[in-house]
Amino acid sequence: MADLDTRPREDAGDVRQPHLGPLGLARFAWRQLTSMRTALFLLLLLAVAAVPGSVLPQRDADPAAAARFLDENPGTGPWLDRLGLLDVYASPWFSAIYLLLFVSLVGCVLPRTRAHLAALRSRPPRTPRRLERMPEHRQDEVDGDVDQVLTAARRVLRSRRFRLRDDGDAVSAERGYLRETGNLAFHLALVGLLVAVATGGLLGYRGQVVVPVGEGFANSLSRYDTFDPGTWFDPVDLPPFRFTLDSLSVSFEESAGGNQFGQPRDFEAQVTLVRAPGDASEQVTLKVNEPISAGGAHIYLAGNGYAPVITVRDGNGDVAYSGPSVFLAQDNAYTSTGVVKVTGARPEQIGLRGTFLPTASANPEGFPVSVFPDARDPVLLLQAYTGDLGLDDGVPESVFSLDLEGLTEVTGDGGRPWLTALRPGQTAQMPDGAGSVTFERVERFAGLTVRSDPTKGAALVFAVLAMLGLVASLFVPRRRVWVRAVAGPAPGRTLVQVAGLARGEDAGLAREVEQVAAALSAPLAAGADVSTGGREH
Amino acid sequence: MIDETLALYSDVLVYSAMAVYTLAFLAFTVDLSRQGRAVGGARASAADRESRLVPTAASPASAPAPSASTPPVLGESDSLITAGEGGDGLAGDGVGAGGGPRRAAGVAVSLTRLAVAVHAAAVLLRGLSAGRAPWGNMYEFAVTGAAVVGVVFVALLAVTSRRGLDLRYLGTFVVGPVLLTLGLAVSVLYTESARLVPALDSYWLVIHVSVAFVSSALFTIAFSASVLQLVQGRREAAVAAGRPPRRGAFMAALPPSRELDRAAYRLIAVSFPLWTFTLVAGAIWAEVAWGRYWGWDPKEVWTFIIWVVYAAYLHARSTRGWEGNRAAYLAIAGYACVLVNFGGVNVLVPGLHSYAGIG
Repeated sequence: MADLDTRPREDAGDVRQPHLGPLGLARFAWRQLTSMRTALFLLLLLAVAAVPGSVLPQRDADPAAAARFLDENPGTGPWLDRLGLLDVYASPWFSAIYLLLFVSLVGCVLPRTRAHLAALRSRPPRTPRRLERMPEHRQDEVDGDVDQVLTAARRVLRSRRFRLRDDGDAVSAERGYLRETGNLAFHLALVGLLVAVATGGLLGYRGQVVVPVGEGFANSLSRYDTFDPGTWFDPVDLPPFRFTLDSLSVSFEESAGGNQFGQPRDFEAQVTLVRAPGDASEQVTLKVNEPISAGGAHIYLAGNGYAPVITVRDGNGDVAYSGPSVFLAQDNAYTSTGVVKVTGARPEQIGLRGTFLPTASANPEGFPVSVFPDARDPVLLLQAYTGDLGLDDGVPESVFSLDLEGLTEVTGDGGRPWLTALRPGQTAQMPDGAGSVTFERVERFAGLTVRSDPTKGAALVFAVLAMLGLVASLFVPRRRVWVRAVAGPAPGRTLVQVAGLARGEDAGLAREVEQVAAALSAPLAAGADVSTGGREH
Repeated sequence: MIDETLALYSDVLVYSAMAVYTLAFLAFTVDLSRQGRAVGGARASAADRESRLVPTAASPASAPAPSASTPPVLGESDSLITAGEGGDGLAGDGVGAGGGPRRAAGVAVSLTRLAVAVHAAAVLLRGLSAGRAPWGNMYEFAVTGAAVVGVVFVALLAVTSRRGLDLRYLGTFVVGPVLLTLGLAVSVLYTESARLVPALDSYWLVIHVSVAFVSSALFTIAFSASVLQLVQGRREAAVAAGRPPRRGAFMAALPPSRELDRAAYRLIAVSFPLWTFTLVAGAIWAEVAWGRYWGWDPKEVWTFIIWVVYAAYLHARSTRGWEGNRAAYLAIAGYACVLVNFGGVNVLVPGLHSYAGIG
């Protein structure tokens, strides 16, 4: 193609500079990129680039932690964020490294695949002239003529699963093509794996929803608390299942002491599932490590916590709100925080902010804390606000926090904030006739993840292929063995040379050559006159 | 649920194993120093004779030439083992460099076998006490992991000695780390025997973690070989330059650096597919437990980093200019990542794999 360029060369007079031209440059760059040295460099770069994502909070895995990190580090945080360090595995530089690595891999593997296919169809290479230069070499003098020795060599090598080539006074043999096949399969399977992972991310989705015990869930976009669709995902593909969370049993460690005390031991949810409209309902158990499958999606038990059932009466004495409110656990003893937004309260809206302690106690400073994650002595601490909750302006609001703008804190004696501590069944009157709050009882909620990844089967197949290829490429020895027979000094005697060469590390080459050499001596020697001697061991 | 008597017996056995490991460690060290003195003496006198005869050249037998001048030919170093002086300690017939039997090495191996048996019993009782696989927290992971290193090493000794190789020279450098790990486990990581947290309660715990153990054990032994390879390489270079090192006479009892390089490679070549399996099995389990097979959790990240570094090692060995020492540095870096993955990630970084049960 470069030859078609008829424009005068600008540097035609400069003979000292080797001129590559755009194509030559591209070829040079390609050769550099596909060299082993570059692959090695990119591998190490990939390893180093992966480190920061394990140290800094990642937006993808834990958005709350990433936001907290930005709050706590107003100086460096935004810079780290701009560099993609809070989203390492989706950052351009991380992608650039692994994409270059895969380009390098493909560029290296494709020519090798072509060469290997040719090698599979062709015969072993010709016998080198000087076999004694090979890494393994044996020489022996045996009885029989050259043809007899070569026939025996062919038989011995074939029985050792070598592919043969008759080469005049020699037999050239090669085995272990599976080594290269496995190596290529390994690398190509990695490409397949990358493609499967990428398409899975585009086609799949992941949604999270919190469901209190006794409540139901019908699979639709609006029902999710968070929903993370792939670019190519179409919401009409959501499988039309629905279920009710009948019960959630939770147990924690009580007998073992030390740091094992209070550790979770068992989470088990009972669910009434209807896979599709019109289907019969079925009772299923949902546990950690035992997801439910429904219509191509899987439902996972991802978390749990407490949802105190609260009833709020407004200033007019009407029930303005009654139901379970999800409180999120903040520590291992399930000290949980949450809010209740009573939009229907009159004359003013009411907001409650509270802390739920499943097993209440006081710490040495006198602050109330939870000391055990199970609900042994539940206490609900509440503060109240009145005014405008700010939910009517259409801006999405978190259900776990109050927008204090437009709200006035309810105060008690001496203008101090009103604070109440309730046990189940207790009611507190808010000051100034603002209303009352009743803590009816404790319920639990289940945090559920619904996930679909249509290519995970393909990813698994490629991963298994890669493993099989890897094992073949590391443990199948690729060997060449040559046997050359030359008429010996005495009639009826033949000089046999056996030599071996391996590709890569091969501890068994010496033994192979030894055994071939021994096999060539033995059967011929069996029929020969032993008294002639001549062989030394 | 928990049989506290069995758990107590397990603790006692861990301490007993540590005592026996200590004796084995001492015996291996005594053997090394004796071998070193004997070989070093023999080499020194040989070098002395040589230098008087041929003042310019070091003895080819006592100073293996740097690998650059000798083509990387397979099989040649096999003959080094049997023919070279440095290989005397490898002959597997219990005959030492000085010609006498290596009594200390024999004692050390017997003690190691005993310690590993006691150690394995401790692991077994710990598992029985809780009725589950004994690797539910960091203490158990450390104790069981160290036991696997011990079992793998004892098995390697048996297999290689049948093939005429002798890996006893690695004893000090394998039993030492095992002892350190156990010390750390009982002093810092100790946790009472208890049931599993729900996330770990799966048969994948057995599949995923047991293979990770074997793989880590092989990486550990390979790491010891790689460190020795670098040290030996420096000695060889010094000897070749006519400056025999004064200290570290025991190194003379060890095989040449090329042989250590090959030992490390073979261990890593076996371990790498096992680590790949660990990665894939872990991904399958993550899919079952968390609803995604890969999520860049810190533990996943480091498992991936380890995989990439050892992949780089395997590539390096077939890249010109990267064989030998540079590859050994990569193997050591890979093992450093294994340690980070086990120690650092469990304790310091919050993530889905925070099952340490400490702190």
